[in-house]
Amino acid sequence: MKQKRKAVALISGGLDSMLAVKVIQEQGIHVEGINFFTGFCVEGHTHAVRKKHKDKQKRNNALWVAEQLGIKLHIVDVVDEYKDVLLNPVHGYGKNVNPCLDCKTFMVKKAVQWIKEHDFDFIITGEVVGQRPMSQRRETMPVVAKESGGDDLLVRPLSARQLPETLPEREGWLDRDKLYDFSGRTRKPQMALAQQYGFTDYAQPAGGCCMLTDENYAIKLQDMWHNRPSRNYELDDIIMLKMGRHFRLAPYLKLIIGREEGENNFMQGYKNQFMSIFPTSHPGALCLVDGEFKTEQEKQQALALVARYSQGKNDAQVSLTIRQSDGTEQDFTIAPMAPENINKEWLI
Amino acid sequence: MSDEVHYVDARRLLCPLPVIRAQDAVAQLKTGDMVIVSSTDPGAKADIPAWCRINGHQVIDIKEQDHEIIITLCVGDC
Repeated sequence: MKQKRKAVALISGGLDSMLAVKVIQEQGIHVEGINFFTGFCVEGHTHAVRKKHKDKQKRNNALWVAEQLGIKLHIVDVVDEYKDVLLNPVHGYGKNVNPCLDCKTFMVKKAVQWIKEHDFDFIITGEVVGQRPMSQRRETMPVVAKESGGDDLLVRPLSARQLPETLPEREGWLDRDKLYDFSGRTRKPQMALAQQYGFTDYAQPAGGCCMLTDENYAIKLQDMWHNRPSRNYELDDIIMLKMGRHFRLAPYLKLIIGREEGENNFMQGYKNQFMSIFPTSHPGALCLVDGEFKTEQEKQQALALVARYSQGKNDAQVSLTIRQSDGTEQDFTIAPMAPENINKEWLI
Repeated sequence: MSDEVHYVDARRLLCPLPVIRAQDAVAQLKTGDMVIVSSTDPGAKADIPAWCRINGHQVIDIKEQDHEIIITLCVGDC
């Protein structure tokens, strides 16, 4: 009896990996999915926390895609291992702080390890030649295959006919003629194939949930790196960069002020890790203090700023409490900061 | 179903960590064991059942109380 071959697919939750799996399933291959949690695919976090996104479905797109395809999905926590990829990318960063080429190589390398441990035959990705400026160029796609150790076990079904033949094709596990030759930045061939397969609901853009490609997020991350003795980070650090308004008052002092109830609720969970400030005379935002006050002026500025983001912003005075992370509290009353006194350079 | 009940505290964790914590707990257990996952991420309400469906586990109950979502699942085909 012919042996049923098994492939693992890197699933981002976008359309391309969804199509790549379907193309391979159509050739009778057993496919399972793998999704790597780096900590930076945080769109789901904001959707979960912010009311602004309440109309967006609170779902993990990778899980959703796996369910539509009828495949198992293995979600792997790589937060710690990923630090080295982000902090020391061999191929550098893209437009922001996105180490896309090193990232893809890392993920394929992890998949190579996974197929060895689970007795699978090859790896598939939804990569398309020329689709992305860093990791999905004709010159860089072979780099990913080589440096990851994936070599000819790495199949890109949507662009396979633009690339050298892989082992699954040579061995006859896959019919090369039934693979595709997509290339370039256009999404039209993917849309047409999606329509052919009856996929009408899918996340757009494919792979676009990585916060490292987001300019505003990158600025906050670089600010954090610049103002700390080490660029090393913890998961909480990178999640907090997505929460609230960030004001850098001094190299050793940053305020994170919640923008809405959902964020305030979420940030409450950090009150035992950070000093916090909250209004007591009016409803208003919670502020987490990342750092310390070295001068009385900094403390007064912080209090006035938090008062400014309370519902007492137009009143003469607002009462607030500063709570230390050990639970000790001190009360203050202060005039809210006038908008013209907010130093634009504070806002990150 | 067995009498073995395992608790996963995924409170304050955001998507997909509650799923990862549930997945890691289930990997150590046997068919019929029960797992109770507590989460504060509203996304867990969709994600943990989806993960159970695609991996062949059964969701027994979903409760919400005080901003907390408590999902009881049974490992395997119970």
